[in-house]
Amino acid sequence: MQDRRFALEVEDLTVAYSDQPVLWDIDLTVPAGDKMAIVGPNGAGKSTLIKAAMGLVPSVAGEVRVFGRPFAKGRGEIAYVPQRSSLEWDFPTDVLDVVTMGTYGSLGWFRRPGAAERRRAQAALEVVAMEAFERRPIAQLSGGQQQRVLLARALVQEAPILMLDEPFQGVDAPTERAIAAVLDRLSDEGKTVIVVHHDLQTVPEYFDSVLLLNVRAIESGPVADVFTEDNLRLTFGGRVGVLAQLAAAETGG
Amino acid sequence: MSAEFEILAIAVVTAVAAALPGTYLVLRRTAMVSDAISHAILPGIVVAFFLTHDLNSPLLLLAAAATGVLTVVLIEALVRSRLVPEDASIGLVFPALFSIGVILISRGASGVHLDTDAVLLGELAFAPFHRLTVAGVDLGPAALWSMGAILAVNAVLILLAWKELKLATVDAGLAALLGFHPLVIHYGLMSMVSVTAVGAFDAVGSILVVALMIAPPATAYLLAERLGSMIGLAVAIAAAGAALGWAAALALDVSIAGSIATACGLVFAVAFLTAPERGLLAQVRRRSGQRLDFAVRLLLVHLLHHEGTPEAAEECRESGLHRHLGWRESWTRRVVAKARQRALVDRRGGLVLPTDAGRHLGDHAVIGFSD
Amino acid sequence: MELFGDYTLRVVALGSGVLGAAAGALGSFAYLRRQSLVGDALSHAALPGIALVFLLTGSKAPLPIMLGAALAGWTATLAVRLVVRRSRVPYDSALGMALAVFFGFGLVLLTAIQKRPDAAQAGLESFLFGQAASLLREDVVVMSLLGAACLVALAVLWKEFKLLSFDSEFGSSLGRPMRRLDGLFTLLLVVAVVIGLRTVGVVLMSAMVVAPAAAARQLTNRLATMVGLAAGIGAFSGVTGAVLSSVVPRLPTGPTIVLVLSTVVVLSLVAAPRRGLLWRWIRLGRLQPAAALDPVLMHLYALSQQHPGEPDHGHPLAVLRTMSPAGADLDRALADLEQRGLVHTVGDTLWAPTPIGRREAEKILDDSDEVSP
Repeated sequence: MQDRRFALEVEDLTVAYSDQPVLWDIDLTVPAGDKMAIVGPNGAGKSTLIKAAMGLVPSVAGEVRVFGRPFAKGRGEIAYVPQRSSLEWDFPTDVLDVVTMGTYGSLGWFRRPGAAERRRAQAALEVVAMEAFERRPIAQLSGGQQQRVLLARALVQEAPILMLDEPFQGVDAPTERAIAAVLDRLSDEGKTVIVVHHDLQTVPEYFDSVLLLNVRAIESGPVADVFTEDNLRLTFGGRVGVLAQLAAAETGG
Repeated sequence: MSAEFEILAIAVVTAVAAALPGTYLVLRRTAMVSDAISHAILPGIVVAFFLTHDLNSPLLLLAAAATGVLTVVLIEALVRSRLVPEDASIGLVFPALFSIGVILISRGASGVHLDTDAVLLGELAFAPFHRLTVAGVDLGPAALWSMGAILAVNAVLILLAWKELKLATVDAGLAALLGFHPLVIHYGLMSMVSVTAVGAFDAVGSILVVALMIAPPATAYLLAERLGSMIGLAVAIAAAGAALGWAAALALDVSIAGSIATACGLVFAVAFLTAPERGLLAQVRRRSGQRLDFAVRLLLVHLLHHEGTPEAAEECRESGLHRHLGWRESWTRRVVAKARQRALVDRRGGLVLPTDAGRHLGDHAVIGFSD
Repeated sequence: MELFGDYTLRVVALGSGVLGAAAGALGSFAYLRRQSLVGDALSHAALPGIALVFLLTGSKAPLPIMLGAALAGWTATLAVRLVVRRSRVPYDSALGMALAVFFGFGLVLLTAIQKRPDAAQAGLESFLFGQAASLLREDVVVMSLLGAACLVALAVLWKEFKLLSFDSEFGSSLGRPMRRLDGLFTLLLVVAVVIGLRTVGVVLMSAMVVAPAAAARQLTNRLATMVGLAAGIGAFSGVTGAVLSSVVPRLPTGPTIVLVLSTVVVLSLVAAPRRGLLWRWIRLGRLQPAAALDPVLMHLYALSQQHPGEPDHGHPLAVLRTMSPAGADLDRALADLEQRGLVHTVGDTLWAPTPIGRREAEKILDDSDEVSP
């Protein structure tokens, strides 16, 4: 029997680039249905953490389980949204085609996407309010539209877990609201959402729980318990300043 | 001076002259431009040759250098148009220009001494036959004088614009803010590359120019920490590579240009393997030593992390450590043994517990590496 | 005589066409992956392989020679990868070095061969610039088989190669072995390059990889169309160039093919619908006043966004200059903007957008349906 209580369990995960540790001995348990932000200063290893959890960067030590199963068996249950800026947007393809890439995992090696896959992609585009753009070349999208397309591609995967790397980075206000709404909706559907996030101010508004990360896991748990000025200072060193007070005030800490 | 040693002298002077601008090409990540320029100057050489019928005419040098700069202008224009990425722009411009040159030669210059093989491959062995004679006095091979002059000009220009070149190489934005024009510096450097390539093509061919411009500076880059020492090393390596290649070519009676390129490649390979800090062997040695050391610290961090928590009894149990750390059992035993040997951990009741020294190191390990 | 000519021409044209199609199709992916110059390095690096095979076997049979060329090229890409991963030497330097050093070693071997009494080595020289006229039927058969194999592999793994070129990390997240696919792609590119060496030659082979892709990219926004177009353009240029050079005396094949290709590239850069320079020029001409001013305003707006809550934070001209294309007349642009009340000076030398300018910039951002840089 499979244990579906915990979407993701990371145990003792350590990642090093040429012997420089970027993540030290991370333990993290994400309950199924949780909506979690990963927060920390630049260079804290936030993106590395989700990449290592997905096996995209090699880890020195540690173990990852997805719904109680080893990662290799649970990989298909995670959809991943990379940082928008890591992609080459001057690529000859259109919005619908990019979103259809989300079906490649379930298609396997040699089969081509057909009408059914396109319909799934179109449905996902509607969720992010981009259905009018399905034939638009991706080189002609604004930053916010690019982000929505990537989110739609992850939605198509219909995975119970979504990992997003900085989805709010550099997008316009309507897109930010739209993405937040989609994340809410996913969470209501019982999906687990893990987001690398840089804006401390919006953490309490958008997320249920938070992981404070600075090479080590400083603290993780419900936003109300964890998102305190003390913890933020531990995470960001002296650099929190005004932001920490703001955040603390908002959580009533 | 015998012909052999004249060839050696030409080879060394050419190698050093090429290594000077080459250092900046390597640092500025524009090394492939040297490949483009050295090919694309062909039509300039051909047209000037048709006009002057003299391979050693200064007009030839100017026309070819201008073609080199034109190559860079065309590449930049393509990049600026944002229709084509930079690497593709290079790959579009130089074959087109080179093709024009080859066709001009085969349509117009048959019977005249200018064949594409020579341009491309060079023939250092013939270089001593072109003499520079002033008032009937033989002053030595013409190529030695022309490359010597180019070397001198390169050296003087680099010394004069040392600061500007350095800044524009490290941080183009800052250079612009301080009032230097990165574009002027860029085109100045590219002109230097063009002139050097033109001067060298006759003696060593356009492909060897690329080897001489990139390989010695890249080798120096593995060994040097500062720009000044990098240039010095690049010059020394270039000279050594030229001499080595020359000696091998003499011994084996093969293409001198090809032999020098091969020698430069071998010198790079040796440095790549054995450089004291950055060499592959040093990396491997360091890694095997560091791996255990790193693992010990990782073990300590793990133990500290769980110390005093309810799950400590499970997380710190010696028999289960390898599972928690995701290590092989034998490796875990080695790591624990190493940590005990260094008195960083104790074994008590089946648990592995950090000592005070271990606690210190574990804390230090994390702080030392955070951020 | 007539018949013989036709037959030769057919063989030559077929060979060049196959080469153009394979190089164009695979080159499209190399182009999109910013590996346009790999073809250049591969073709140069093939020389020692060719020479070595000839030195060892004394044969010029197409298959062993191609195998040798492919092995040498493949070794060069491995060397480049090793150097880039294990040292601080940047990618382009490693590539240029592999190209020149392998080629130099090839020269050494060639000159060693030339000393041998069996002077049958002359044919090897044709590898430098290509000599389509010397292609034999058996050459073309081998070329066609290899080219077809490349295209079939491309078609079968279409999805995977698309992922590799567009978003390799996402491919990994789906569990696809992207590194192995990368290796396979390089192998296919090696094969495509090796096919072309006899026809186009070492020096110009890189154009066969880059140019069809660059031309095709201007004409479409769909990957399949781009790859098809690039293969078509490559084949067309190959055939045209080969025919031209066999009809016109003293017209070498490789350079002729490259010039045909370059003409196609220039035409597509200038006249491509929507993307081309002509199109852009017409559109810019229509919108001249606004287009000349907007970038400066947008840059100032972007700069001011970095200082929220400080509407009057000024920025020096030098910063704007680094953001603008060389030769842009910033003084005039700023004067015009100031006259229209969109920017103002702060102190003597600094510039900032006015509230109206800010609104204008936001409006432009909302209106624009193209990517803002």
